[in-house]
Amino acid sequence: MDLSFNAEERAFQDEVRGFIAKNLSDEMKRATALTPSVFSDPDIGMAWQRALHRQGWGAPGWPVEHGGPDWTPAQRWIFETECARAGVPNVNVMGVKMVGPVIIGFGSDAQKNFYLPRILSGEDYWCQGYSEPGSGSDLSSLKTRAVRDGDDYIINGTKIWTTHAHHANRMFALVRTSDGPRQQDGISFILIDMKTPGITTRPILTIGGDHEVNQVFFDDVRVAVANRVGEEGKGWTYGKYLLEFERGSGIASAKLREGLKAIAELAESDLTGRAIDSPDIAMRISEVEVDIDALEMTELRVLSALQTGQNPGAVSSILKLRNSEIRQAVTRLGADVIGHDALAVEPMRPLYKLNHTPATPEDMLTVVPEYLNGRAYTIFGGTSEIQRDIIAKMMLGI
Amino acid sequence: MDLNLSDEQKLLRESAERFVTESYDADHRRKMANDPLGFSPVVWKQFAELGWLALPIAEEFGGLGGGAVEIGILMEAFGRGLVSEPYVATVVLGAALIDRCGSTAQKRARLPKIADGSLKLALAHSERAARFDLARVTTIANKTAQGWRLAGSKIAVLDGHAADEMIVSAHIHDHRGPSRRIGLFVVPARTPSLAIADYPRLGGGRACNIALSDLHLPEDALLGDGDGALPAIEWAVDRAMAALGAEAVGIMQTLLETTLEYTKIRKQFGRPLSANQVIRHRLADMAMQVDEARSMALRAALKVDAAPVERARAASGAKAKIGKCARFVGEQSIQLHGGMGVTEELEVGAYFKRLIAFDTLFGGSAHHYRRHAMLGRRQVDGLVDD
Repeated sequence: MDLSFNAEERAFQDEVRGFIAKNLSDEMKRATALTPSVFSDPDIGMAWQRALHRQGWGAPGWPVEHGGPDWTPAQRWIFETECARAGVPNVNVMGVKMVGPVIIGFGSDAQKNFYLPRILSGEDYWCQGYSEPGSGSDLSSLKTRAVRDGDDYIINGTKIWTTHAHHANRMFALVRTSDGPRQQDGISFILIDMKTPGITTRPILTIGGDHEVNQVFFDDVRVAVANRVGEEGKGWTYGKYLLEFERGSGIASAKLREGLKAIAELAESDLTGRAIDSPDIAMRISEVEVDIDALEMTELRVLSALQTGQNPGAVSSILKLRNSEIRQAVTRLGADVIGHDALAVEPMRPLYKLNHTPATPEDMLTVVPEYLNGRAYTIFGGTSEIQRDIIAKMMLGI
Repeated sequence: MDLNLSDEQKLLRESAERFVTESYDADHRRKMANDPLGFSPVVWKQFAELGWLALPIAEEFGGLGGGAVEIGILMEAFGRGLVSEPYVATVVLGAALIDRCGSTAQKRARLPKIADGSLKLALAHSERAARFDLARVTTIANKTAQGWRLAGSKIAVLDGHAADEMIVSAHIHDHRGPSRRIGLFVVPARTPSLAIADYPRLGGGRACNIALSDLHLPEDALLGDGDGALPAIEWAVDRAMAALGAEAVGIMQTLLETTLEYTKIRKQFGRPLSANQVIRHRLADMAMQVDEARSMALRAALKVDAAPVERARAASGAKAKIGKCARFVGEQSIQLHGGMGVTEELEVGAYFKRLIAFDTLFGGSAHHYRRHAMLGRRQVDGLVDD
């Protein structure tokens, strides 16, 4: 057993660092640090996606024939870790990490040839149409309906919590095409052009003051049957496949560590009256740091299993659950560390383009919005309660 | 980067698990709990034959040259059977301190005997007033014409009753008077001026408090030249905490499995306990904490030879986190067994008590989160001096 990287891997680490140093501008870095929502705004995120694409690194998890870089699990770990350390923007994960793998796994050749290059280049920006007002944790009860009309489907219904629907030009959605004996049957996976007539988007502001999610309405929206991925009625299988990617991409600890580091630096600064001198703050920082150490080791154990072709199994639910809980612990700690400054509200967005001097120091601006928006981490992608159900069923057999 | 077990490590795990399943059952544990020695000399001999006592000792001294990961594999299996042999006292603490601090002659005289099972050691370091602070020692070693004269008292000496020799820490007073130097002295356990008050330890095994009054020792009782004993003690205790963390993981795994089985069998309101979501989620949390503890024990083992601050933070982080997980898993195992969990009729209580002993030994979670935080600050402030 060995925790250190070999010479080849260290050389790769240098290559990644070199790439980031050359391509990550100060503006991108600042904008990322000043983004209190889960995703970077597209102007920031897509600039980074284009830089990655130029390097051939646009889709780390994809097979090489579709433009993936053919990295080992260890290389992916190094890449994600270096990106987190440097504070690079989030790319459009709904494209690269969610719909991409589904199209690769189940799409037609025509779909692969059309969509995959546009995800890589950043030409397309995707959003995810899964949840509905009546279908949250019980997702397969969804009611948005697609009725066959010749070579088209006509879609009616509504989707909610749609991240960046107001920026996206495409949506992948789960829609009901028939009513089977089980509610999981009769669901299909469809790719929709967001400019199709009949689609309207309503913004939803989250409690941190950010516009990130939306509700999307479909009124007689006509989509070609050719835009269905895989077989009609098998969408639930494809959708679950995608959720495993969403939960188990498995490299989150590096980002958590950077988040904690920022809070620890605030605690050590005069801006907070050196909050770290209070023993309970110092101990809580240690407590969270140790939780991150544990998560990192679990990630590395999974990675080692993957390297030798073993299946890590239900541990992806553990990773999702711990990542979300620790992220909340970091943001909660942050709000405590900044003391009175936690009272100040800055309503303008984006925070990296303020045209006035805010009341609180810039380093603190995102702390409370991150804490507030961060409550969503244990809700989206399957709530903590659903994850515990999965762990009990898959790991413990009850 | 590779965290998969090697073929040799897999073999070691299989043989340790097989030994515990076949030779270390509930009857054996009950017998040991009422035994004045608290462990079986026959089992100790088997440990020697299996090569486990030689595991971390260098090959030149009759050992196998294994590392902390191998010790962890063994300890996790020991935890599953609540093994009470004095393995940590003799092999993890004793052999490591002899190896790090002893002269070549001292090593030659002892390490091969530890490996073949004919010598047992114990570390007598903790004192009542020091609580868990490893740097606080009031026991004194006065230099005499013939050697040394020790006076003082020590508490919570792990398996001291079984030791042939104790390694005792003391402040060195020589012709220049009191010094700040701490030395480690090898003391024969059966000496009239060494009073041993031993007691059964919570969760199995034994420990003792000792009093040294005018204890005369020869010149070569001092390990090595007497330098660097405190960093060596911290180093050895960090190794012991990594090993005990792995043992705690084995204990927790057994508790999780036992409790899971019980909730499937026990019926109330016409259905098994495990049919209730509140129970399933509790078990999911227990499984998750066992897994986190496993990660932390492995991490501490992989960092035992890292630079002192990194090693100590990994060891304290693991001790703190595993202690917290152990309390949760242990207490919930009792809770989910209902009234039966509180009785001596089931073994759940015995496993729980060993976990509490783990959390207490060398300081509990709060102590180690504090040490972790303090060492982190020293790193940030650039005050690292060791």
